[in-house]
Amino acid sequence: MGHFFSYIVEPGLLSSGPVRTALLVGTVVAVTSGVVGVLTVIRGQSFAGHSLADVATTGGAGAFLVGLNQFWGFLIAGVAGAAIMELIGVQRRRGRDVATGVVLGAGLGAAALFLYLGTQTSSTTGASFTILFGSMFVISPDTVPALIASGVLALVVVALLSRVLLLTSLSPELAAARGVPVRAVGIAYLAALAVAVSLSAVVIGAVLSTALLIGPAATSLRVAKRPSMAMLAAALIGTAATWLGILLAYDSYYWPPRGHGWPVSFFVVVLVVVGYLLSYVRRPGRDRRAQVAARAQEEAPTREAGACSPA
Amino acid sequence: MFSGLMLNTWIAATIVAVIAGVMGFFAVLRGQSFAAHAIPNGAFAGAAGAGLLGLNVIWGLAVFAVGGALGIGALGRRGRQDVATALMLVLMLGTGALFVSFSTEYAEVTYSLLFGEVYGVGSNVLLPIAGLGAASVLVIAVMFRPLLLASALPEIADARGVSTRRMELCFLIVMALATSMTVPVVGALLMFALMIGPAAAARSFTKQPGHAIALSVGIALATVWIGIAVSYHTNWPLGFFVGVIAAASSSSARAGRRSAATGPRPGRRPRSVPRSYPERARGYSGEPPLVRSGQSPFPSH
Amino acid sequence: MTSDLLRLENVGVRLGGRQILSGVSFTVAPGQFTGLIGPNGAGKTTLLRVILGLTPTTEGRVLLNGSPRTRRGGGLIGYVPQKLAIDQDVPLRARDVVALGIDGHKLGFPLPSAKRKNQVNEALRAVGAESYADARIGELSGGEQQRVLIAHALIGKPNLLLLDEPLANLDLKSEQGIVSVLARLAREQQIAVLISAHDMNPLMRETDTVVYVAAGRAAAGRTGEVIRTEVLSALYGSHVEVLHVHGRILVIAGDEQQEPQAHHPSDTGVVVGLDRN
Repeated sequence: MGHFFSYIVEPGLLSSGPVRTALLVGTVVAVTSGVVGVLTVIRGQSFAGHSLADVATTGGAGAFLVGLNQFWGFLIAGVAGAAIMELIGVQRRRGRDVATGVVLGAGLGAAALFLYLGTQTSSTTGASFTILFGSMFVISPDTVPALIASGVLALVVVALLSRVLLLTSLSPELAAARGVPVRAVGIAYLAALAVAVSLSAVVIGAVLSTALLIGPAATSLRVAKRPSMAMLAAALIGTAATWLGILLAYDSYYWPPRGHGWPVSFFVVVLVVVGYLLSYVRRPGRDRRAQVAARAQEEAPTREAGACSPA
Repeated sequence: MFSGLMLNTWIAATIVAVIAGVMGFFAVLRGQSFAAHAIPNGAFAGAAGAGLLGLNVIWGLAVFAVGGALGIGALGRRGRQDVATALMLVLMLGTGALFVSFSTEYAEVTYSLLFGEVYGVGSNVLLPIAGLGAASVLVIAVMFRPLLLASALPEIADARGVSTRRMELCFLIVMALATSMTVPVVGALLMFALMIGPAAAARSFTKQPGHAIALSVGIALATVWIGIAVSYHTNWPLGFFVGVIAAASSSSARAGRRSAATGPRPGRRPRSVPRSYPERARGYSGEPPLVRSGQSPFPSH
Repeated sequence: MTSDLLRLENVGVRLGGRQILSGVSFTVAPGQFTGLIGPNGAGKTTLLRVILGLTPTTEGRVLLNGSPRTRRGGGLIGYVPQKLAIDQDVPLRARDVVALGIDGHKLGFPLPSAKRKNQVNEALRAVGAESYADARIGELSGGEQQRVLIAHALIGKPNLLLLDEPLANLDLKSEQGIVSVLARLAREQQIAVLISAHDMNPLMRETDTVVYVAAGRAAAGRTGEVIRTEVLSALYGSHVEVLHVHGRILVIAGDEQQEPQAHHPSDTGVVVGLDRN
């Protein structure tokens, strides 16, 4: 039994410094992403959330170029990207799909440039990989306080504005009618999103950060009845996926090819997607009835053509 | 700049631009920009995996891209389209990351698959690209009418017997096959910019669908040609120019249209009581619900 | 009877454990203008989908020109959905949308021809939409879009035109315009028109034939016969009042303390189904 246990939890797991850092930071990231992600999914802004993450790539690449720590690069680019998207009108539903995509394309182009220039000037190898796919096990300890602080800050903002954020997410018209400054709240949301995405980018990479943002949130919204419960569930699911991912990644050092280890981000992403799929297994009957009833009650089937799929 | 090796680059980029222009027109029309971003990333995973196993890269590309497309289609039916696309995207990218991590040159491979390696395109690669490109454009030409109907007027399409579901799957698969070939050339991340930017710009310049496709292809061609020329002289990556030019062209086209729209609308006799432009377009009940038929913007519990 | 264009016999639809429609029977003759009236959620859209062949019936059958409706599609029926949620920037002019009505379901892409252009212009003229034929479809107002969609449906030369709540989002003037256009088309081109609405009053100028749907059941006939307190109360299963005020018909939920009367519509002697000959 002990032998079996030590196979799952390889020796030295919890005594390893990087692993402990990873667990700590990973938890903060998962909780922040999960909570903010619930709002993102409710607002139907998964594409915008993902695009922001890709724009963060630009920042990470730029930071690499000038020698800054990646997190600041992600954060600055994330905030700038959020501001640009807000200006373009990403929170209005019409035409934002294309606007988002266009900003994304420009951002990725710039990332390509920065990475290229960076590899010309610096001698660090593997920069592209870690910026894009994360560096959970190589988080430098001096950035840990900054990471935790930003996460906590974002969570505090969301907690303070939670009711208003939920109202504007569920029904902007109703919120506006009640006198809520919808635009300002939207900006606050985008700022929190930028932070969540940047944090996530550090641990599982910019392009994969969407997994922790959207996956647990989408899963929990299928299961929970109230948004606040959904946020709690999303945080828990995200944390579980992160811990399990760290565990498996650590174990994978002993898997083929030996001595290398599989990327943590891979495990986290797979676990998150599996979790989402499992939420379908739970009650397929209910899904089908709901779908059929929704179709039967369609008095006004509508669809957006030329703008966004709900994103 | 037009020597032997570079000639291959010009040819490959031209083919890619044509594919991107055609696919992009429909991707933007259907509001599937996100899927246009996600599907080439599936090709990324496929290329990485095939490279790992020493298989012909083409198979890896096609299998993963099509698999990703089917996954998006299937998951999107059951649940929400945007969530399904996001999760498929990261799943494919994560798998790609796994495959890439097994190789010793993971950073370089990552970079080239995501951002493109358009210089040094071998002649043996040109043929499959041209072949698959021609095939996909042909399929779109054959499907043009029902695809246009299903994309722009889905409720009517279903009533006319054109299955929107079948059109969707068809389109996603064709896009997957078409983009899978182009990923090693322009990169997964940039194929997307080339699809969306020119198509978005084109629709600001013209009202007619036929003209819009032609213009979409034209702008895509101009984008890659300018990009290659400048990239050749500066040594900066092509992807940078493609991304920036695509963004610039579509934004300026949109800005131009917005400012021109405050004048009298072409093709209409002036009304006695002029209404303001945004007000007209919104209809009478304000913003209509933006929902694919049968789907709620809010996750169902 | 055999000259009926559309005939529903005892149609029932059960979806997801709920009986959406039951015992629905009525006929539509060629060139007849009929209102499909009922409150939201009553099953009007389901009924339209059944006629289109998009939703299968659990009981009963649907006959088109005497033969059972099997597959969906087919050129006999033109369909006009309620509203297009279409982006302003979509590169499709009104005339392009109408042109799609000719052959949008066939493979290949359309080659420009004078014949097509004439057909499109004719259809646009028939609905009064020539002045904005070259404008983007996404920039048109609700009423203008509605006309374009009607032209799209008409150009396929249907025998039956189905419209799903076309008047719902229109102002009064546009409402009247659409109803006049439809009535004229029904008369001049002998196209049967079935138009669903939750308010029957805009239609009453042009027709007095209704199919009233409530609580999944239907009663069909002339307004004088169908829109009566007893008939509608039987349909709803609870008391409703029918009031005539200034030439308008109002259907009002009645006293809730009264016991629901679960009479079958035929109990009250209403002619279910329409015999126009």
